[in-house]
Amino acid sequence: MTDNSRRRFLMGTLAGALWGMLLCFPRLAAAAWPAEAFREKNSHGALRALFGDAPLIDAQDKIQLSITDLAENGAVVPVTIESSLPQVEAILILVEKNPSALVARFTLGPNVNPFIKTNIKMAQTSHVTVVAVAGGKLYSTRKKVKVVLNGCGN
Amino acid sequence: MAGTIKIRATLEGDVTTVKAQILHVMETGLFKDKKTGAPIPAHVIQEVTCTHKGTVVLSADWGIAISKNPYLAFTFKGGQKGDSITLSWVDNLGERDAIETTIS
Repeated sequence: MTDNSRRRFLMGTLAGALWGMLLCFPRLAAAAWPAEAFREKNSHGALRALFGDAPLIDAQDKIQLSITDLAENGAVVPVTIESSLPQVEAILILVEKNPSALVARFTLGPNVNPFIKTNIKMAQTSHVTVVAVAGGKLYSTRKKVKVVLNGCGN
Repeated sequence: MAGTIKIRATLEGDVTTVKAQILHVMETGLFKDKKTGAPIPAHVIQEVTCTHKGTVVLSADWGIAISKNPYLAFTFKGGQKGDSITLSWVDNLGERDAIETTIS
């Protein structure tokens, strides 16, 4: 094997290995953790960082946001989200008055039902907004939650 | 970090329900040490990935406002008893953990 062909062989192997890594770890190829959106203070800025100026469609009837009206402890506020929208690709939770409004983005595979249950932190009384992404459109609903004890520490 | 994840995946009809709890401080970076006044650095899970038979079904990007010892539940269609389910997380300090279970 000449030096040249050996180099070509090695480069080919390396490229193949890199491609293999991308295939094994689809998250590397898919959208990464959205640092910019998490840095935004309010939900408007966070949504703009993720979706540009796409309008929010009011969909109170299509997204069920179950969350308490009065949270004694802002450190643990249980949230359940369900939607009747077809083909929901992502669900986002935003708390307007948190130090960083975007709480979480859940990206759903095609077989995943639009249902998420988790616990969030709330710094103070605020609107909690849920955005469901379906067919490239943003559907949202929101609910006001009173918070007695700050759960974010600032 | 091993042993931080508790997970259960159960099948009912055509719907698999995955419930998981992760042991993690989820420190926001906004609190100060009560004695010294020094800021406590942020230490939060940023990415969670759940797979079914090797295919990603749910991935989550988290900021600082998911509660300590995060809980997550979701459901999906098409799972069968005995199928492999994995869940993994990675935090802002590069620590990570993963677990595998089967649908029951």
